[in-house]
Amino acid sequence: MNIAEKILARASGKKEVNPGEIVEAKIDVAMVHDLTGPLTVKSFREIGVKKVWDNQRIVIIFDHLVPASSVQAAELHRVMREFAEEQKIENFYDIGRGGICHQAMPEKGHVRPGDLIVGADSHTCTYGAFGAFATGIGATDMAAVFATGKLWFKVPSLIRVNVTGRFQELVTPKDLILNIIGHIKADGAIYKGVEFAGPTIRNVSIDGRMTMCNMAVEMGAKIGIIEPDETTLNFVKSRTKEPFTLPKSDPDADYEKILDFGVTDMEPQVALPHSVDNVQPISEIGEVEVNQAFIGSCTNGRLEDLRLAARLLKGRKIKEGVRTLVIPASQEIYMQALQEGLIETFVKAGAFVCNPTCGPCLGGHLGLLAPGEACISSSNRNFIGRMGSPEAYVYLASPATVSASAVTGKITDPKSLGA
Amino acid sequence: MITEKAVKFGDNVNTDVILPGKYLVLTLNPQELAKHAMEGLDPNFAKRARSGAILVAGKNFGCGSSREEAPTALKRAGVKCVLAESFARIFYRNAINIGLPVLECPRISRKIEEGDELAVDLKAGEIRDRSKNVTLHATKLPEFILEILDDGGLIEHIRKGIRSK
Repeated sequence: MNIAEKILARASGKKEVNPGEIVEAKIDVAMVHDLTGPLTVKSFREIGVKKVWDNQRIVIIFDHLVPASSVQAAELHRVMREFAEEQKIENFYDIGRGGICHQAMPEKGHVRPGDLIVGADSHTCTYGAFGAFATGIGATDMAAVFATGKLWFKVPSLIRVNVTGRFQELVTPKDLILNIIGHIKADGAIYKGVEFAGPTIRNVSIDGRMTMCNMAVEMGAKIGIIEPDETTLNFVKSRTKEPFTLPKSDPDADYEKILDFGVTDMEPQVALPHSVDNVQPISEIGEVEVNQAFIGSCTNGRLEDLRLAARLLKGRKIKEGVRTLVIPASQEIYMQALQEGLIETFVKAGAFVCNPTCGPCLGGHLGLLAPGEACISSSNRNFIGRMGSPEAYVYLASPATVSASAVTGKITDPKSLGA
Repeated sequence: MITEKAVKFGDNVNTDVILPGKYLVLTLNPQELAKHAMEGLDPNFAKRARSGAILVAGKNFGCGSSREEAPTALKRAGVKCVLAESFARIFYRNAINIGLPVLECPRISRKIEEGDELAVDLKAGEIRDRSKNVTLHATKLPEFILEILDDGGLIEHIRKGIRSK
């Protein structure tokens, strides 16, 4: 069996499972945030069960509209605070306690290799970076999980993406995943999983692995997953008290297909409006002026990303007219960035640093775009209307490319800046 | 049998155009959500769908976010069924869970035209285009999914299960 089949077999109490088979599996951890939680709670109450199946296995994190961006958002937050208290859910991270859910989940020890994790958010696939089977579900599915602790899954077939070669300076795992999505396309992995493997992946940090698994859903994938190793253990061990296993694919495991990617010659990649799979190398996109630059989100708001951005912005000034937002993904990252002096670098360069939140990524609040404006963003989606006006343009790139573009005012290869 | 006129969209219709993120604060008010259904592609959609519609789309319908408000907005706006060449998986589950029928039908967007009169037999997995006088075959839904749809969605399905115990 491959790694995904092994986890689903274990969670559904079977010796073996096969792609296409429908199994009912026990959920190890279930996460909701401030925007999907209220509907989950409403549906949970409609089911008519008084108590959640296991209040230790439910995690509530506020991140989408924090601090409350409107009275309506404040009301949604109140629904979730009251629910957390009523159900005695201790793993509740209000504002100032966690950060973006997909960063806070592993940081706070709620993600372990081999776990079956569901989250009411499509980017839940991020936790595959730790060797977990993690996928996004909607509010009603989540209400069923809250009530029963179980959910049905169709066992996905797995596409194995083998990556070899060494990244060039200032080319990052974000560039790699954009390149992969550009090849596999937005619907290329629907109903399937994607396993990232090969020598290059072994050398990618946990931060970079999270960026890659995070965007698996942009190919339609149910999961992105990476076999756990020393890098995984180093992160997870100190953060969880619960035991866990280290699942690996068998040498004779079945894959739907195996794709090979090389990074040695790869230049920075950019996804052009309005589709994440509309990817081109930066040398081929021509001159594109930007009004806004955004460094943050569950894709690229981690410490490694902020360090890279600070390296490019240190001693430089952001171009007049380019509003630049920097949003650390969690309180922990925010603190580390403060201690390392990164925040000072950003402020000196003329960036606007916000509290940990999803913010402008989903067009909720903090830095929306007007008609005709363009934004270069380290986030994960560039759909029509994603970051505000349906007539705005969103370009996706790495934090290095976003930083370089903030300095020049147009989409710029970070190498040309000479960092 | 579901009978309505076809309203067509293309490939990769994502949840941000089905229901833009700025309306998610209306999550507990489905009637308000419905007013903004498909706003990203057609600001007049809610008005057009009011008297009933069957959406016909290409591949990867509903890609993007896990927001259940997307199928809810469509259903409340008057969409009776979505027929597409393929669906993003979270949207697919969400639609079934809230009682909005979805059927996968290969090459459907090339076979049906805007405004065609359609009759959909969910159980048989058959789509009759009455305007063209042709029958198309969709992937049949498994029995347990038909049961959820019959009950009007997952919540009522679970309640029924609890009651019968």
